[in-house]
Amino acid sequence: MTIKIAQLSCGTEYSSVQYEIEKAARSVGAKVVYPDVSYADINDAVKRFGFNPRSPQLKLMIARAISLADGKYDADAVFITTCFRCAEAALVRNELRRFIQENTKLPVVTYSFTERLKASQLLTRMEALVTIVTRKELLARERQTGLTAGIDSGSSTTKAVIMENNKIIGKDWTTSGDVVQSAQLVLENAMKEAGVELKQIEAMGTTGYGRFTLGKYFNAKLVQEELTVNSKGAVWLANRQRGEATILDIGGMDNKAITVRDGVPDNFTMGGICAGASGRFLEMVCKRLKIPIEDLGALADKGDWRNAKMNSYCSVFGIQDLVTTLGEGKSFEDVAAAACHSVAEQVYEQQLQEIDVRHPIIQVGGTSLISGMVTAVGEVLGERPIVPPNSQYIGAVGGALLSSGFL
Amino acid sequence: MKVFIDPPNSLILFDLVERFGHEPLSSMAAIQNKIDNVEVDMPPMNLTLEDVIKGLKYAGVEVPSGVRGRLSLWGPMIEEADAAIIMLDPPFNFGCVGCERSNEMVKYLIKRRGIPSISVNYPNNEEEAKATVGQIKEFLEGLK
Repeated sequence: MTIKIAQLSCGTEYSSVQYEIEKAARSVGAKVVYPDVSYADINDAVKRFGFNPRSPQLKLMIARAISLADGKYDADAVFITTCFRCAEAALVRNELRRFIQENTKLPVVTYSFTERLKASQLLTRMEALVTIVTRKELLARERQTGLTAGIDSGSSTTKAVIMENNKIIGKDWTTSGDVVQSAQLVLENAMKEAGVELKQIEAMGTTGYGRFTLGKYFNAKLVQEELTVNSKGAVWLANRQRGEATILDIGGMDNKAITVRDGVPDNFTMGGICAGASGRFLEMVCKRLKIPIEDLGALADKGDWRNAKMNSYCSVFGIQDLVTTLGEGKSFEDVAAAACHSVAEQVYEQQLQEIDVRHPIIQVGGTSLISGMVTAVGEVLGERPIVPPNSQYIGAVGGALLSSGFL
Repeated sequence: MKVFIDPPNSLILFDLVERFGHEPLSSMAAIQNKIDNVEVDMPPMNLTLEDVIKGLKYAGVEVPSGVRGRLSLWGPMIEEADAAIIMLDPPFNFGCVGCERSNEMVKYLIKRRGIPSISVNYPNNEEEAKATVGQIKEFLEGLK
């Protein structure tokens, strides 16, 4: 079965990126399709939608979206993409995303591209769209059964979890080095804690950047991108398997904001252009403050971000702000709070605008262990997020949970 | 009833809404409020960085700051409005906010709210002007 991803776009043909989009779709077994509309449909569609852009190709996008909403064209998922920095397109893109979500049940992802777009950048997003369509039953799984393992090979850390009969019985993490060696180490330690051996493990799931390598190495039953796997892990850990939620995963290299309904994502954004909005920036801050990252959260909680200026979009300039601020004699506490606030603000400004935040907000990933970061997210969003226990193990838990579906 | 006017700084539309017994929601009032009541010094309009960030509610970070700053003023008014009057293709001395992208978004936000609204063409002569005022009068009198 070939999954049909409807592309609603403006500018791709003239930006030398259309080939890359189609290549990304092909590599995950999907096909990009373009909803047919007649010339006469376009004006009516624009009138009905209520946004009348000057750019004709945006009008075409609107007509295609309406064709999908009316069920005149059959597709399994929607990919909405426009040129980076086009204001009119950014407005239309986001409103069309909302329109599709309100009027269809299709999973949707939005993306603004530059001429540098490569298929590999879209791979995880396309894979997630395909997973949502093809693995509906698996994603609906709420309980882990048997004895399974999950490995999350992240950009900063590698995590492993052993689960048995819906309980975590072993876990471990380490900083990521060699993909296989890091995974072997954490898996061995997790198995040791659980008191089990590899031959007893009935199924394994791998996710994260190193998922394919690990999947092959361990002969994993499940090799799946982190958007859907992390979502399942997050709702399982937070005990929010039913209903709506937003999962905010501020990772070491990229961030994910995912809206879920009954644990299944229906919209997500994934940022990774700038380290200024990621855990990596906090690591750089700790290095400059000469403190272990474990101490950053408590330090930040004692400070006030308003006392220290740190609002650069770039991690390099952010560190420059930090140096200047420390030079002015500001306290470490205020600087730590400002660093956390800066990351939270950027995540809010750059990613949470691309989705409609649903409640509750579940904050996960390694940075959710930094209490000052959770405080900052709560302040920026006006609602303190839920941080479930073992929140850094979402990917590994999701892997163990979903892989049990193959038993 | 609270009636949002577009262009939001049209003195003529403001006057018409008031004359027919409704409360106009306009840029003038919002900016006046900022200048009079906000303890900030960000001349000429006292629109601050915080306002521009508030505009993110209506448009993502990729949308230029000027659009978001404008939407931070009008977005809440559209949310508050019970009805709206839209003048199509007016010359800029009728009322103008200087940004076509913002104009497009304002019209969309009104449509999205689903409130009663009327779109009238800018009149080019006295005859048309009378007809336009008549249309607006009928719309405003029909609001309950």
